[in-house]
Amino acid sequence: MTRPIAHLFALFVVLFAVLVGFTSRWTVFEASGLKDNPLNRRALLEELMIDRGSILASDNSELARSVPAEGKTFRRVYPKGELFAQAVGWSYPARGVPDTGTERYRREELLGNGDVISSTVNRLTGRKRVGNTIRTHLDVAGQQAAFAGLAGRPGSVVALDPRTGAVKVMASVPSFNPPDLEQARKDPAAPLLNRATQSRYPPGSTMKVVTAVAAIDSGKYTPSSVLDGSSPQDFSGVPLNNDAGENFGPVDLTTALTNSVNTVWANVAVSLGRPTMEKYLRRFGFDRLPELDYPADQMVASGAVIDGAVVSPRDDRVDIARAAIGQDKLLVTPLQMAEVAAAVANKGVLMKPRLGDSILDPDGRLIRSIPAQQQSRVMSAKTARQINLMMQQVVREGTGTAAALEGIDVAGKTGTAQIDIARGITQPWFIAFAPARNPRVAIAVTVERTVDGFGGTVAAPIAKSVMEALLRADSSSAGSGQ
Amino acid sequence: MSARNRELLALIPASLLLAGGFAAVYLQDSNSLNSKLSDLTLSYAGIFLGLCIAGHLVIRLRLPNADPYLFPLVAVLASIGLVVIYRIDADLARAQAQWFVVGLVFFILTIVFLRDYRRLEQYRWTIAAAALFLLLLPRVPGIGQQANGAYLGVRLPGGIVFQPTEFAKIGIVIFLASYLRDTRQVLVQGGRRILGITFPSIRHLGPLLLVWGIAMLMLVFIRDLGSSLMFFGGFLALLYVATGRLSFPMVGLAMFALGAWFLGSNIGHVQSRVSAWVDPFDPVLYDRPGGSYQLAQSLFAQADGGMVGKGLGEAILTLPGGGNLVPAPQTDLIYSVITNELGLVGACGVIALYLLVVARGFKIATIAGDSFSTLLAVGLTSVLALQVFVIVGGVTKVIPLTGVTLPFISYGGSSLVANFVLVALLLLVSDRARRGK
Repeated sequence: MTRPIAHLFALFVVLFAVLVGFTSRWTVFEASGLKDNPLNRRALLEELMIDRGSILASDNSELARSVPAEGKTFRRVYPKGELFAQAVGWSYPARGVPDTGTERYRREELLGNGDVISSTVNRLTGRKRVGNTIRTHLDVAGQQAAFAGLAGRPGSVVALDPRTGAVKVMASVPSFNPPDLEQARKDPAAPLLNRATQSRYPPGSTMKVVTAVAAIDSGKYTPSSVLDGSSPQDFSGVPLNNDAGENFGPVDLTTALTNSVNTVWANVAVSLGRPTMEKYLRRFGFDRLPELDYPADQMVASGAVIDGAVVSPRDDRVDIARAAIGQDKLLVTPLQMAEVAAAVANKGVLMKPRLGDSILDPDGRLIRSIPAQQQSRVMSAKTARQINLMMQQVVREGTGTAAALEGIDVAGKTGTAQIDIARGITQPWFIAFAPARNPRVAIAVTVERTVDGFGGTVAAPIAKSVMEALLRADSSSAGSGQ
Repeated sequence: MSARNRELLALIPASLLLAGGFAAVYLQDSNSLNSKLSDLTLSYAGIFLGLCIAGHLVIRLRLPNADPYLFPLVAVLASIGLVVIYRIDADLARAQAQWFVVGLVFFILTIVFLRDYRRLEQYRWTIAAAALFLLLLPRVPGIGQQANGAYLGVRLPGGIVFQPTEFAKIGIVIFLASYLRDTRQVLVQGGRRILGITFPSIRHLGPLLLVWGIAMLMLVFIRDLGSSLMFFGGFLALLYVATGRLSFPMVGLAMFALGAWFLGSNIGHVQSRVSAWVDPFDPVLYDRPGGSYQLAQSLFAQADGGMVGKGLGEAILTLPGGGNLVPAPQTDLIYSVITNELGLVGACGVIALYLLVVARGFKIATIAGDSFSTLLAVGLTSVLALQVFVIVGGVTKVIPLTGVTLPFISYGGSSLVANFVLVALLLLVSDRARRGK
């Protein structure tokens, strides 16, 4: 009976080898497929057990933090509620919704995945996993001022430090309290939308700053070049009027910006030509996604929009004369217009906008700073100085006087896009920077669909209060000895 | 070195494994508050070593010639079981440790009172009847217990769930070994050759059909494909060894497959097990009670383990709100938990240990002096090996998942006690075989 026993043993060896084979299949060969299986909730459970790092404002107050929840899990709370809902985003993995905003962009750091050494040490010592903290540039007082200024009217405020690209204010109204995101999703007013980066609006006359930069930096014009400011004039075969049909006659560019003369800037764009206009638009960051540290699918590009997509200004379907004054197909995000102001303010250099300031370990020690980076040189320092002076003129005696700050020179430009002329519905804008000589704040403000509102009367006062709040905080922190 | 001294020495690594495992789980569990760590794990390991030495001394006194590797292998498997169960639930580990003691007592009782195990042959029909009675006990209304659709347990007074199949498998093997010893010659000689294949004569096919009938009955009554596969597979292994004809088990296997297919497609419970096996990730099956959730979680746990595992105590077994993520982690899915925490490497180690046990069992069978002893050793080894294959194959999706225990590792008193008795019988056979040499 020995031979059959040997055969039988061989059979069991084979059977056990099959067991090893199948175990290898699940543990090694098909493991990644099993981990990605939608029914597999292990990755989620593991994430829930990580003490995700906090997100801080520039003053170290908490915008997001984790608190212990049931079992060994953690839950996210947002102490500032609706104030930073879009900029910070949310992280509710237990609810089966993907992370958004900074919560998503800085996910790896917040979960502590980035630093291999500390997570390995944590594993070896059996400590629970703790993520890193993200400090942002967001300014609580500035954000509050923006919300107060918008006062519930749908719109957005973006304020940057032009020298570094730091995002100080990123306000979007209506907003929502992050825990209520499911209700907010159903709200027809779309509070989940980050209007600063996801909404495209007609920019109106604020666009003339871009055209003015192209005009002067290309060397074709100077601030004192005189053009025909009569109204109406035909462009693309359609008559173009100045505001209220005002006829300025021959007028220099500084005056044309101060009084927002449509026909002058339309003429400038036509004579510069599409390639030059495209060159400057691209230098400002139009035609592509902003280089913000924020999820790409929560941002849109600014530019001439046809059928929902941004097309080049070289496209024949774009009326370049009207695009140059912020009409026709040109649509922009508030962030893009803040970048326009910031580039002029920073002597022609556009810095990459960024929400993140630094990454701290769970004990608050600095792991690394997120460095300021140049995005592009938009114009020469000389052009920037000239545009700066022209924009100061706008606030001093033009359409933007409501933004004037006591004791501080403000440079700015108003805009009032006509949405529905018959019903008087407008989109007021104001872009600005201050102090004009040594700018520390660049800002864009817009309010959706006001009735008979103007950039100078609706948007400029909001910009003024936000700049005041930011400059006050800035000088007081400077005073406290940095 | 004498066989007994080798056995004694081999018990030390088993105890160290237990100490190391407990220490690892304890460290993970209580972080820095580990002041009691050293004396606690050491005393566990000490008690375990003491118990093993007690078992060893009984073997040394009563079965001095027995195989020296079997008992230490069993001790290693049991210590793996204790560690993993402790990691799942400390209270269960305490209960399992008590069952380990009970198992050891039965092990010793078997060795002491069944020195001449060949007397069992005289009671073969009684044993067969008792085994059948045990098998059908879970279907007795009032005491029978259904778990996941299968009838495998009996509730005893005091809340203890007794799994009679674990003991029945030993009884059936004893009966078959003694029956086949008598009939193996006539089965071969009385057969007819058709197309070069030997078929047993109709007269001797009777008992064969009877056993097949019992296996089918088990499918119908107990509704458990796994244990009927285990029993019938053990029978076929014995039939093959007894007759030396491959055609016998082949015919038997074909009959079993046919019967299993027919019953499987007609009995709802078996059918749902099979469909869960075919497509464990079907969302409908996944969410259905008794559906594929268990198998899917088993595969997810193994994938999570990877090559070297998460480490003892590191894997996620429970849900934040309470309840198990991995169902039945201490019984049916304990192999998945081992793979999750110790990886493919650890799982292969466990399989290798069982293979060593099987190798020793067959070695004992080959050196046994008489047919009954050989067949008994083959049968006992085969049902143990098949039980491993059925449960590990079930949780790794080789075959449909059915709930049998992983011998010596899974939580459960009946399984532990029955398998200790099984090993005691193997040692008895081994001692007798070597005594003559």
